[in-house]
Amino acid sequence: MSGLPPYATTGQRIWYYAFRVICGLIFVFLIAPILVIVPLSFNQQPYFSFTNEMLTLQADAYSTRWYWDILKNGMAAPEAIEGWWADMWQNAQWIRAVKNSFFIGILATILATSMGTLAAVGLSRSEMPYSKLIMSILISPMIVPLVITGASMFYFFSYDFNPMNWFAEGETAAEDKWQIAFTYGGLIIAHAALGTPFVIITVTATLVGFDKSLVQAANSLGADPLRTFFKVQMPLILPGVISGALFAFITSFDEVVVVLQMATAQQRTIPRQMFSGIREQISPTILAVATILVIISIGLLTVLELLRRRSERLRGLSPG
Amino acid sequence: MTDATSKGPLTTADGTPLKRKLEQAMFASRLRAFGLVAPLLAFILAVFVVPITVFMVRGFHNPTYETYMPKSTELLLEWDGVSEPTEEMAAAMVADLIQARADKTIGRAATRVNQEYSGTRSMFTRTARKAAKMEAPFMAALVKAHKNWGKPEVWQAIKVAATSWTPAYFLAALDLKYKGDGSVVWQVEERQIHITLFLRTMEISLIVTLSCFALGFPVAWLLANLKVRTANLLMILVLLPFWTSILVRTTAWIAMLQGQGVVNDLMAFSGLNQVILQFMLLFRDYGDLKLASLCSNDVNGVLATGEATLQTLSAQAADAQTTCAAEMVRIYSASGLEAAVAQAGALKAEALRWGYGDERFSMIYNKTGTLVAMTHILLPFMILPLYSVMKTIPPAYLRAAKSLGATNWTAFWRVYFPQTVPGIGAGSMLVFILAIGYYITPALVGGQDGQMISNFIDFHMRKSLNWSLAAALGGVLLIIVMFLYWLYDRVVGIDNMKFG
Repeated sequence: MSGLPPYATTGQRIWYYAFRVICGLIFVFLIAPILVIVPLSFNQQPYFSFTNEMLTLQADAYSTRWYWDILKNGMAAPEAIEGWWADMWQNAQWIRAVKNSFFIGILATILATSMGTLAAVGLSRSEMPYSKLIMSILISPMIVPLVITGASMFYFFSYDFNPMNWFAEGETAAEDKWQIAFTYGGLIIAHAALGTPFVIITVTATLVGFDKSLVQAANSLGADPLRTFFKVQMPLILPGVISGALFAFITSFDEVVVVLQMATAQQRTIPRQMFSGIREQISPTILAVATILVIISIGLLTVLELLRRRSERLRGLSPG
Repeated sequence: MTDATSKGPLTTADGTPLKRKLEQAMFASRLRAFGLVAPLLAFILAVFVVPITVFMVRGFHNPTYETYMPKSTELLLEWDGVSEPTEEMAAAMVADLIQARADKTIGRAATRVNQEYSGTRSMFTRTARKAAKMEAPFMAALVKAHKNWGKPEVWQAIKVAATSWTPAYFLAALDLKYKGDGSVVWQVEERQIHITLFLRTMEISLIVTLSCFALGFPVAWLLANLKVRTANLLMILVLLPFWTSILVRTTAWIAMLQGQGVVNDLMAFSGLNQVILQFMLLFRDYGDLKLASLCSNDVNGVLATGEATLQTLSAQAADAQTTCAAEMVRIYSASGLEAAVAQAGALKAEALRWGYGDERFSMIYNKTGTLVAMTHILLPFMILPLYSVMKTIPPAYLRAAKSLGATNWTAFWRVYFPQTVPGIGAGSMLVFILAIGYYITPALVGGQDGQMISNFIDFHMRKSLNWSLAAALGGVLLIIVMFLYWLYDRVVGIDNMKFG
């Protein structure tokens, strides 16, 4: 498709341009909804649609009030000057959601990345027994519908894991129960499980181009396996590990179905807060949050692209 | 080897046979490899595989009734389900009711029976209140407290509830009913919702997969055949949606498609809505894309002229009327002009609330909305595998075919397209698998007719609290997904899955 040849017929010319127009429209379909929310989030009016004033570019039709609303929503005294920061940090709903999202996301990512990287290294060894079967089990959290995962985890994690109560008579007091459901631990575990397939897939993809003789060389020069792993293998597969970690983080950061089942109101994450926002009181605050999330994903995309280039350079492939 | 065997087995320096030493070394390295995988495998088994298994077992096992009503359970299980319920059973039932009321667990037991036979919840709670004062003969006392105790089918339903290990839920997930006497019949017609739901889920997933293919194929082709630098730039347009939160994209589609949304605004501004309207008038049956504007013509007419419009509408043939017109005419003939105009006002208010006042399409909070938003969300999952396959097809093949005399179409269809089939398979299966279990988008923009099976599972988990039915519905869905996953593994291979 590198340009039209000079001998192209009229029909070919028409098709050539028509095809590009069609592709252009598909790109518009892909990107337009994401771009539309940015100006809408600066709407002065509490609507999801462009007002006439906005379309004629009048300055007072635009405002940042919904961005302030992200900070203020849920605060005890949004107009107070004294203790404004503490109030916001403690009480604002969206701030709490941001804290929850990062807390759960980061811990789940650490868990998923460390276990997932090790497993990917193990799985890519030729002597690994039953590697196909194990691989398909480890990938399954990505395939099983989230509702089933969420319901199952909620159901299983609601069991009382305190062995003292297993043989006790009658009902156990709530504070003596060891339940994983409705705790941060449960959410972190769940999100880690959902993130691991992405880590395995990306790290395995990096390992395909990994030269195994490097490990043998390190071993023959007297490095112990641990040292070999951290000094030789790890730096080379690091781009894969980081992009796997980013995938795991975004999986947790974007996950709402399991949170819907397993989290209390205090443990709401950003997507959970958006979910109830869309369902209950739809206001442009959601659009403001969405705009911020789009900016975050642009940042992530940039990091990933840089990583990909670095990885290709390291592996001696041509830079993209 | 022959050389070695003739001189006896080879040994290492310390005298052990080489073969055994090698086996030991192999075993050790296998163990090391397994040791690397073991933590994650144990983790996934413990927090993912085991919970799902336990939850699926719940679909077969519901001990609620047995736990709270032990005495009657024992007798009910012995009962054949056909003969007349005995006095002994009634006595046990009364004893259980008294005990359960004292323990405050009667509600749970009653809810369980109510799942099998609706209306029995109040029968249980009401009878339990009177149970303490009952005297023999208990059967007569029960019937006196609530006449339904005299029905054999109620006792059969209780027997089903008392059976803790039961196929009833999985059968219910397939619209079958398990009866107390052990027979299985179809659920009554108006309650056969699950099969319809599964079919609708399949239909939505299939349409989404086909739309993703139709939209993804040209884009992947363009990306694979452009210069690397341009392609990478355009790739951002595919990857940005891929990395953007699903909630954000669903919100964005609400802003795009709602009554006063961007798409409707653009169509109203350009007059495109009139073109579509006229076009659709040719086909009276426009199915899903309900055209509220037609309604609004009728509603505005009734509000403006009252009687005259209603007369005109009544004169129309029933199948030519819009739903609003039919409703207003029905009310007009039943309760007169005033009520019909009031209804028109209500419809107008409703239309304005959703923003369909002036000839706008309702494209969100229905199946259309679900389809559009899901296609958008899953499209990158089609484009990326297609692109990575097309990238490996040398463009020289197409040129060779053309130089041998093939037309453009033949060259594409006979030479290029067959080579893209692995990518199509990978993309389609991935999209279909992800679509079939989709929850968020249908829940937020699906309205009534855009709901999928996942939404029902969630409903039974969190609202109706019928966890066993949720588990059974989930089980059926899981079987479908696992089959597709197996197929994907066979056709594509899970180790070939890649992102970006």
